[in-house]
Amino acid sequence: MAKGDVKLLGTWASPFALRVEVALKLKSVDYEYLEENLRGGKSELLLKSNPVHKKVPVLLHGDRPVCESLIIVQYIDEVWTYGPSILPSDPYDRAIARFWAAFVEDKVYPSMRAIMTASHEEARAEAVAKFKEVLVLLEDAFVKSSKGKPFFGGDEVGYVDIAFGAFAGWFKVIEKAFNVELFDEATTPNLLAWVDAFLAHPAVKDITPSTDKLLEFAKNFLLPTMKAVAPASQ
Amino acid sequence: MASIKEEEVKLIGNLPSMASRKVEIALQLKGIKYEFLEEHDLKHNKSPELLKYNPVHKKVPVLIHSGRPIAESLVILEYIDETWTQEPALLPSDPYERASARFWSKFIDDKCYPAVRKYLTLGSETEVESARAEAQEGLQFLENELKGKKYFGGETIGMVDVVAVGVAFWQQTLEEIMQMEPANSCQDFPLLCAWADELLGCSVISDNLPSKDKFSSLIQSRLQFAAAASAASK
Repeated sequence: MAKGDVKLLGTWASPFALRVEVALKLKSVDYEYLEENLRGGKSELLLKSNPVHKKVPVLLHGDRPVCESLIIVQYIDEVWTYGPSILPSDPYDRAIARFWAAFVEDKVYPSMRAIMTASHEEARAEAVAKFKEVLVLLEDAFVKSSKGKPFFGGDEVGYVDIAFGAFAGWFKVIEKAFNVELFDEATTPNLLAWVDAFLAHPAVKDITPSTDKLLEFAKNFLLPTMKAVAPASQ
Repeated sequence: MASIKEEEVKLIGNLPSMASRKVEIALQLKGIKYEFLEEHDLKHNKSPELLKYNPVHKKVPVLIHSGRPIAESLVILEYIDETWTQEPALLPSDPYERASARFWSKFIDDKCYPAVRKYLTLGSETEVESARAEAQEGLQFLENELKGKKYFGGETIGMVDVVAVGVAFWQQTLEEIMQMEPANSCQDFPLLCAWADELLGCSVISDNLPSKDKFSSLIQSRLQFAAAASAASK
């Protein structure tokens, strides 16, 4: 199977599509990005490529579709075997990486939604507190798996970095919009440094949308919530 | 010196847990010797071992290999396949086929099981009908995916078959035990029917599933609970 002809169906604000882009960039794979128009209804190509879930991202490799962002990331790692390895080589380390990626999948997006859609201050504070409990667990996971290096994957960005880091732009949006600190020196000092290290990584920095652009997008889609709480800065 | 593969394998599990069953099946398919540590009371009295080896989720199953724990059934299945590489291979070697197997395993775990569980435990008529429709939609996707293969894994049992074991079991037992129209009747899903027969005909599979009596009483108690809850809320 020729390695040429790679397309990614995504939407610019989606952290799930971002995971796939980071993986492709890490491996220096040439790809064509096809933006799904959020307001235009789902494209024929999307419905045909992902009939089960009808969601982005979808990777089209020589017209064969691969769906579900973390499954796509593993596929990319297995097809393009040159360049940095996304998953570790040892089976136990791989299992740990998969465990934490599954944990991120389970906890992070629902926690963020709860914070962003909270109807009043108290509910939001509670949602933030709950999320911080999740982050403390990830802080511990980071310390164990990074072994003093900048990423979950060690010297280089790995599977958990991609799974979790794809939300980094959105963490910044939440912090700005609601004037909260999700990461702090006291409880998550390593993750505090890691978020910026991830966003500054060459495979990430050019493709992550700006905080302001994401904030604008969030305002348009989550208008009541955003209006209810005055943001820290305009 | 014994290789790591030959070192101690333990499984913390629970007899009614379908997730525990899947891991046991995988270990037995590969001919791996292990010690089963049963959790007798997950609701009120989790063992110190469980809390020590799965502090994040405190759930079964947990595989312990040479003292190192792995949690989450799909993560465990991949670890087993990568560590013990003898037949049968749970995942195929081709990256696209692997992505497909991971996709269907996730789909079954995330969508099919919850849908069928909902169908079994709901009270009102209308709720049951809509849950049944949701379950059937999922099963239709599986039916289409089988496309005349003996197993989801092809000629031999693979990861998707192991993950879908509950689907096969329910399909065969519900109609008989409950005189209840199962979510997947053989008329609607002939390929799934044939597959279930094939799968449950393997002793390594059927030896690990609860007896029909045990299963029947479990379902009965769930339905009674649901009926009582429904009556109480009227």
